[in-house]
This record gives sequence, structure tokens and C-alpha cells, in this order.
Amino acid sequence: MNQSVTYIVKGRRQRRYRWILVTGLLLALACLLSCGMLLLGSTMYPAQDVFHVLMGEDISGVSFAVETIRLPRMLAGLFAGFAFGISGHTFQTMLRNPLASPDVIGITAGSSAAAVFCILILHASGTVVSIASVISGLITVLLIYIFSKGKTFSIGRLILVGIGMQAMLNALVSYLLLVGAQQDIPSALRWLNGSLNGSQMDELPPLMITVLFVAPIVIALGKHVSILELGEEAATTLGLHTDRTRMMLIVGAVSLLALATATTGPIAFVAFLSGPIAKRLVGVGLSNAIPAGLVGVNLVLGADLIGQFAFEVRYPVGVITGILGAPYLIFLLTRMNRKGNVS
Amino acid sequence: MKSAHVFEAEETVAGYDNETIIHGVNLSIPSNKISVMIGANACGKSTLLKTMARLIKPSSGQITLDGQSIDKIPAKQLARVLGMLPQSPIVPEGITVSDLVGRGRFPHQSFFGGWSKKDYEAVAEAMDIMNVTALSDNHIDELSGGQRQRVWIAMALAQQTDILFLDEPTTFLDITYQVEILDLLTDLNQKYGTTIVMVLHDINLSARYADHIFALKQGQLLAEGEPSKVMTSALIKEIFGLDCTVIKDPISGSPSIVPIGRHHVYDDIFSLNKGKSVTS
Amino acid sequence: MSSLSDRQEHQKLSTIPKNFKVVLFIGLVLLGISVVASLAFGSRWVSVHELMEGLFYQNTDSYGGNVVRKRVPRTVFSLFCGAALGVSGALMQAVTRNPIADPSILGVNMGASLFVVCGITFLQITTANQYIWLALVGAMITAVFVFSIGSMGRGGATPLKLVLAGAATSAALSSLVTAIMLPRSYVMDQFRFWQVGSVGSANWDGIMLFIPFLIVGILIGFLTAPALNALALGDEVASVMGIRTGILRLMAAVAAVLLCGATTALAGPIGFVGLLSAHVIRLILGPNLRYIIPLSALSGAIILTISDCIGRLLGGTGELEVGVVTAFTGAPILILLAMKLRVRSL
Repeated sequence: MNQSVTYIVKGRRQRRYRWILVTGLLLALACLLSCGMLLLGSTMYPAQDVFHVLMGEDISGVSFAVETIRLPRMLAGLFAGFAFGISGHTFQTMLRNPLASPDVIGITAGSSAAAVFCILILHASGTVVSIASVISGLITVLLIYIFSKGKTFSIGRLILVGIGMQAMLNALVSYLLLVGAQQDIPSALRWLNGSLNGSQMDELPPLMITVLFVAPIVIALGKHVSILELGEEAATTLGLHTDRTRMMLIVGAVSLLALATATTGPIAFVAFLSGPIAKRLVGVGLSNAIPAGLVGVNLVLGADLIGQFAFEVRYPVGVITGILGAPYLIFLLTRMNRKGNVS
Repeated sequence: MKSAHVFEAEETVAGYDNETIIHGVNLSIPSNKISVMIGANACGKSTLLKTMARLIKPSSGQITLDGQSIDKIPAKQLARVLGMLPQSPIVPEGITVSDLVGRGRFPHQSFFGGWSKKDYEAVAEAMDIMNVTALSDNHIDELSGGQRQRVWIAMALAQQTDILFLDEPTTFLDITYQVEILDLLTDLNQKYGTTIVMVLHDINLSARYADHIFALKQGQLLAEGEPSKVMTSALIKEIFGLDCTVIKDPISGSPSIVPIGRHHVYDDIFSLNKGKSVTS
Repeated sequence: MSSLSDRQEHQKLSTIPKNFKVVLFIGLVLLGISVVASLAFGSRWVSVHELMEGLFYQNTDSYGGNVVRKRVPRTVFSLFCGAALGVSGALMQAVTRNPIADPSILGVNMGASLFVVCGITFLQITTANQYIWLALVGAMITAVFVFSIGSMGRGGATPLKLVLAGAATSAALSSLVTAIMLPRSYVMDQFRFWQVGSVGSANWDGIMLFIPFLIVGILIGFLTAPALNALALGDEVASVMGIRTGILRLMAAVAAVLLCGATTALAGPIGFVGLLSAHVIRLILGPNLRYIIPLSALSGAIILTISDCIGRLLGGTGELEVGVVTAFTGAPILILLAMKLRVRSL
């Protein structure tokens, strides 16, 4: 038996090392990309100048570019990416299906519609927008759940209902953009595809506070999620309060998602991609919430850098992630088709 | 030796949304023994098992463990005494064997804590008992049906409960694996004294492996007791509506039923009895 | 082989639905109403007098009369597009034997859009005549692509797999359309409808160009309807009845793509009209395609024309694209269908 223990310990330790290694690398990459966000731009400033500005010094020219444009943009991408990543991962694991990510099943669209309504029609800001988008996200979850319950609940039904909801909500957003007289392309792109353009420092606190307080709770519930994954019956016999746990997870994940959406718009496919990428990198067994969040950060920052600098024109981040994400969705579909277990 | 418990259903009525399936059952699970619930399809045996494992809330009556209603026992505390292997648990994609078995340790772990030495030992012990240690780092998807079922039981064992419920643990398995699983469960019961309660489809295997039989019909307990006392052709007729004769299992000595259909029957029933004497 | 329910089903298919005449009558009345509404409503409402003046006295020069005359091509165009989308949806549902088939859900509209946008930007294509052919090629390729992904694996083309394949493809294509248009803001305003769909840019030249496609598509639809009825009972039953299922599917699919491709070429991707109109009719008349196809044309025309009116009224000074309106009213049908489907058939 002692032999068995060492055998199991060995296997587990290997997986843990891999987790630490991958997470470390993702973190390093995220730092690198964050620096890139601060240093790169139409004018390149020396690194030490940028550093001094961050430390609070005032250097003419540099201060403006870094403090009012690049830093907010970087922070928005950082926090939104982390929020999208964790929230997508949570939904995917809880519903045991990579397709059940909040941006595929329309929850993001729900938050987005509320945010657009508050900002463009009510001219509200800050707290009101945050609260409204969280509530709207939760209502969307509830509606999707009610509609997909049918006689027997199935993930397949839920995804279909979600796609329908999303089509409706996106139409609503288009309508609000028209009524709000915001026909200009940048704001349309922001609210339909997601963009970091024009992020401002004073828009960020709600998102930052939510990520700092809610994300740790969702991450800490990782062990509970792994029990929930075994199915309702097995989880209950293991002594988990399934309803309570699910409720906490949904509220947490939707809050993160809603705040991120209210800040940057629904950046396409980040929530959908982060979890599966993290899973592929880390492997299964340990909680992947943190790696998923970091993958989200890297996706948003990386795509934004590509969008800003890789082409003659500046593309918003959502267009880039949209083009990256869709082929993966198709790949996932063909892979699942082969196994025959979409629903 | 696992400790003994008084585990009882009192006047239990239970079912799903608007359909009552269990109509007032009273029973007491014999401690440190293997009990098997038998009955025709849809007689409520799985429902009763789930109700006793608090997966279904009884609409009236109660389930008590050592005199205390199981509703009132904190979830994790109960999960350290009573474990259950559901009929179709869900395998998370890509998970390894030791990780899955490790999830059985959930009721013993604190909110933040990682794996303790005790957790590792329990997992190793469970995997040794079920003979899946060598598969430790394999992915569940790669295993055969029989191996997979052993892994699931190992997960329930890692929970280290005194009482273990299993809902049709041998369904979908080849006969070889059915016998293997039932043998392993018997080892478990004999070595550690774990109280085992299960639903089985095969009556003859039930009679062979059970210390105690609960026979159900239409949500009510029809008979209970040692297989040799309870299993009569009259009871089988009552619960399954099937004519049969009961013979002595030539291997185990437990009762074994031989069904009587419309075809392939000797001219008269006496010649069948002659046939019986030939085999024994 | 053919069980009782199959036979009953077949019987249902060979008789005229009971309420056919009533439905036809109501449909025609609604059509009339929607035409009048489309002529009269908009950012400027016109009086009955002005309406009559605009329609029947070519010489009058009143402002109202001119407004009405300007709205005539738009109304005609939306009627035609609606009819095309309705029939296209009904055909796609029959070919895929799948209740959730619609040019927009399958991503076919977006495929047509991408090709047209590429043509405009890279090939300097300018005439509507050229758009149509590009759109058809795009629609055709996308249809084949989405359908082959959606029908891979167990169970063939289930609704869920098709919808997901379509959604993924649409998302990718619309990102590409955005990526191509974004740097060219001068084309952007002009071609905004490539992303949402609008019948507002209608003119008589476009309509004339559209008519042949409409006629050919609907004609094929009519001709294949009886055989498609048999196909509804399963490929085996249809083969036993002497139908070559491969050719039949191809014909019907080509017709469906012709109709939705031509519409998209001229009006941009308009979603959910096919789903909505064909289902409303199926719900009322039952499964006989011989009646579903013509009445889907009728209901599609009504739905699109009324949606266009709603868009004009809601838009205030601007205009809400008809594609937005149809998405908002049509998507609930998708949800409703998803609720009704049995788990097994997802």
C-alpha cells in the first residue's frame, strides 16, 4: 500500500509541476504583453521614461500617452481578459460542455444589451451600468434555463435556446445603437464586437473591484466545481450542496462577465476559448480557473496588440478574436461530431 | 471494522414531481451485511435507494441514521458515513483515474485544504482494493466498462463510509465483470465490515451474494430476510408474475430460480423435478 | 416498413388541408394591408389622398405623391425578397429534414455577404448584376461547408449540429466582413447593409435583375414539392417510391440557395424570415409542402414588408434595418422550436 501511495503521489506531483510551470509561463507572457501595451504605440518612448511615468513622474508627452491612453487600455484588457476567462471556464465546467460558454449561449449579449441601454439611452455611468448589466446577465441565465428545461433538460436544447436569445439581444443592441444616435462605427464595433479603444481610467474601478473580490471566490470554489462535474447524484452523495454551489458560481461568473462586458463590450470568443486552451496546456485534474483567466488576459492583450500594430489599419480586439475563435469552434464541432456527443 | 449503524426508513413515501413511487416503506438496513433490493422494473427499488441516500426528498415519513433524520445531519458529515455510487455517474472529460478516485475525498477535506497524507492513503487503499492502482495515471476514457466501474467504486470507497449504496453496479457489464465486481464487494464487506446495499437486476446473483433480500412490488416492501428463507416460487410469482421453480444453486447452495415459460417445458412439472434431482 | 403513423402521415400529405382557403384569404388580406402600410408609413406619413395621388396620377407633383412613388420600388422589392426567403427557408427545412433550417441560421447569408464585400473591395465590382453571381457562389460554398460540418458524425445533420456549424461560420465570416470593411470607411456607410440587411436601397433595375432568380427558384420549389413530401418520410421510403433522392436534394438545395443568395446580393443578410414564415404556415396547414411552399412565399412577403415598416417607424429620423427587426421577431421561433424538440432528436 505504501508503494501505491508513492505511485499516486508521483503522478499527482507531476501534474502539479505542470500546472505551476504552465501558470508561470502564462503569467510571464501576460507581463510581457502588458509591457508591450505600455511601450508600443504610434510614438515609441524609452522604457525608462514609461517606467518613471508609472512611478508618478511627469514627463511631457510621455505622461499623456501612457497615463490617459496606454495604461487604461492595458488595465481594461488585463482585467476584462481575466474576468472573461474565468467566467467562461466556470460555465463550461459546470455545464460539462465547452460549447456552453456565456458568449455562445447569449449571457454576454444579455449583459451587453443592458450596458448599452444604460450608457446610450439613460446616460448612466459607473455603478448603475455595473448593477444593470449584472442583473440583466442573471435574468438571461434564468430565461435560458427556463426555456431549455422543457420536459427534460439537455445541454443541446440550452445551446439552441442560447443562440436564439443571442440573436434577439444582438438585434436589440443594434436598435439601441440606432436610437442612441450612436451610429458611428467605433461605438457600434465596441458594443457588437468588443474593443479596448477609448478605455478611460475612470471607467475601470467597478471592473477592477469585482475582479479583485469575486474572482478569488470563484477560484476557491474550484474544488466544488470538480465535484459538481461528476453529476447531480454523485455530487450530492459526496456531501455537496449542489444548488447552493451552483448559485454561487453563477452569480460570481455572471458578475465577472457582466462587468467586463460593460467595460470593453463583448469581446468575441475570449470566454469560449480560454477554458479549453487552459485545459489543453495544463491537463485535467487540478482546478484550471487561474490558468483560464491568464489565457483570457493573454488572448485579449495579444489580440489587441495584433489589431493595433499588425496591419495598416487598427482593428478593435473583438474583430481579431472573432476571426481566431470561429475556426476553433468549428474544429471543436468536428471533433465532437466524431465522438458523437454534442448533446 | 466499520462501525455499526441503525439506518431506517420510516413510513417513507417518495417519488418524482407529481408521481408517487414509494408508498409507505418501513425497513431497517442490517449493519455490516450485504443487502440487495430486488423487484420488477419500475417497482421503485432505485427510487427507494436514492431516497435513503437523500438524493430524493421523501414527501412524508423519514429516513433516520442512528435515530436522527438524515435531513438534519450536515451534508458533509453524512457523506462521511453514507456513500453511494449512482447508476450513471458522469465522467469529466480527460480526467485520470487517481484524480477521479481522489474526488471521493471531498467530504473529508476543508474548504481550502489540499490533499493530506490521510487523503493519499485512503485513495491508495481504495484503488488497491478495487485493483486499479496500476491504472492510476490512465485517462478514464481509455478504460473498459469493467475497469471503469471498478474505478467508480474505488471513488466511493475513498469516501471511507461505513455504509455504501450501489445502484445497479453490474448493469451493462459482461457476466465475467459482474461476478468480479460482486466478488470485490464481498471482499470489502468481509474484510472491513462495510454495510452494502445495492439494487441488482439478476435475481440469481442477488440470491448468491446477498445476506439479506428486500423484495419490492409497486413501491411497497413485500418480503425481506435471508435469501434462503425469502426466495420462494410464490414470491417470484408475486413480484414478477413469473412461474418458476426454485432449485439449490449447485455452486453456492443459495436458492436459484429456474423460470417456466410456455415452451421447452417437460410434459409435466414432475419431470422437471426429476431434472432437478439429476443436476444436484 | 411503413407503419400506421407513416401511412397516416402520407395521407395527410395527399389531401388539401382543411383550412387552406381560409388561410389563403387571410394571407391575401394581410398582404394588402402590408402593402398599404409600406407605402404609407415611414419617416413621413402620407394621407389616403396623397397615397391615391401618388399611385394613380403620374403627373401630380405634390410632395406626398412623390414620397409614395419613391416607396413603390421598396415595397415591391421587400415583397419579392420576403417571398424568396420564405420559399428558401421551406426548401432548406425539407432538404435537411430539419425544422431549424434557415439561410441565416445556416450562415449562408453571411457567406454571400463576404463574397460580395470581397468583390467590391478587391475586384472593384460595381454593378448589381455582378453582385448576384458572387453572392450565389458565396452562398453555395457556405451552404456546402456548413452542411458537411453539421452532418459529420453520429445522427447526421441534427438541428443542434447544423445550428452550431452555422453560428460558428457566421461569426467567422462576419468578423472577416468587418475586417475588410473597417479600413475602408468610404465603403462602410454605403455597404452597411452587408452586415444587417436592408431593403431600403431598392431600385427598379435591381428588381428586374432579381425577378428571374425568384421565378426560377420558386418554380423549382413547386416542381420538387411532391417528391420532397415523400422525402419527409425518410430516404428509404422515398427511394421505394421511385425517387432519386440525391438529385432531388441537389435540385431543391440549388433553388434554396438561388433564392437566398440573390436576396442577400441585393439586400444584405436578412435573418430568420425563412424560419418564421415556413413555420407559421406549417403550424397552421400541416406538413404538405405543396401548400407550404406557395404560402411560405406569401407569409415571407408579408413578414418582411411589415418588418420593414416597423423598422422605418422605430428608427425615427434614421432607419432600423429590416434585418434587425426580423432577428428580433424571428429568434423567439428558434427558442420555441428548441423547447419543443425531443432530446433524442437534438
